Amino acid sequence: MWQSSFWQSSFWKNLVRWFHKWTSPKWFYNLSRPLGAWIGWLALLILVVSLVWGLAFAPIERLQGNSYRIIFIHVPAAFLSQAIYAAIAALGLIGLVWRIKLAFYLAKQSVPIGASMAFLALVTGAIWGKPTWGAWWVWDARLTSMLVLLFLYLGLWALHNAMERPESGDRAAAILALVGVVNLPIIKFSVEWWNTLHQPATLKFTEAPPMHISMLIPFLLAILGFYLAAVAWALKRTRLEILQRERRTQWARDELDRLGGNV
Amino acid sequence: MNPKRKQRLILILLGTSGVAVAVLLVLFALGQNMNFFYSPSDIAQGDAPLDRDIRAGGMVKDGSVQRDSDSLRVSFVVTDFVSEVQVNYEGILPDLFREGDGVVAIGRLMENGQVEASEVLAKHDETYMPPEVTDALERAESASIY
Repeated sequence: MWQSSFWQSSFWKNLVRWFHKWTSPKWFYNLSRPLGAWIGWLALLILVVSLVWGLAFAPIERLQGNSYRIIFIHVPAAFLSQAIYAAIAALGLIGLVWRIKLAFYLAKQSVPIGASMAFLALVTGAIWGKPTWGAWWVWDARLTSMLVLLFLYLGLWALHNAMERPESGDRAAAILALVGVVNLPIIKFSVEWWNTLHQPATLKFTEAPPMHISMLIPFLLAILGFYLAAVAWALKRTRLEILQRERRTQWARDELDRLGGNV
Repeated sequence: MNPKRKQRLILILLGTSGVAVAVLLVLFALGQNMNFFYSPSDIAQGDAPLDRDIRAGGMVKDGSVQRDSDSLRVSFVVTDFVSEVQVNYEGILPDLFREGDGVVAIGRLMENGQVEASEVLAKHDETYMPPEVTDALERAESASIY
């Protein structure tokens, strides 16, 4: 009926064709170079501005003094670790259902980035916790669920490297990533569902943040800078993954010859 | 969508949501055990055990902090604005320990309903303000009162 006519319409076919172009490793390889460079330089600029602003020029906090400044690293890293995990799971789903290799390449190369962000969030959290709470670490729901996220990342990393054929690793890791998505709402709502030592979120969609504007601007800039840097980093890593995994195709051989890597 | 892909998609989504439901059920079954601390109301209802270390958390009641003049002994009242529990502690309090702010005391609940704490952690909120702004706000507030 109308369903079958929609799937056969020229609009849908053009959309599919456009989407398929994006899923071609060669197309992605060529496009990601200028795109990654632009995003990377923009990220660097925003990160330098926001971090210098936040760490050196933003005013001190009424209770915490200078120690609150680690928020300019802690929160962006924590946000990124969760956003990257969600992206890995979405890419895994696309890879599993539509068998798109590029989705797997991008997911695989995002794992180390997400893992380092989760690690950074935990370390900066500990450094922040000691002077404010009086403890490096407590087993409350927020901290524990973030630790679980780091372990999930390490699990993805291990699965990718444990398999003889990289394709099996891709599939196994995609399933683990999808199963682990349940941890994301647990991290997010842990501070509301249960009593935790960790404070609730400052940034919410529904209300104005209880943070002074002089701190909020560098804070939001730092989050943007982290996001852009992660995108640029993921593009860069994925380019290498494409060259390695597509090394038997003619275009990748030519590119490797050009780079002087295929001796 | 071709039937094979549709089947894979449905299978994956069913599997994933099954696991998600299982995990969330376990978490809600754990209930109280997922909490980092007992509130004074929990303690008043007798939810907290007497025979092992517990964590009691809430706000430090204004004007309740009493320091011993020749030792590090200090006592204060933790409140959730419904119930209260008195905490006794000997040691150095964290910098952010203040009346009216959050605190978590780790220690043993005594028969008399007081907590003998071995460790006190300060809990801070999600508000970040420069001191001048807070001072100005407080001045404006007191000016409007008088």
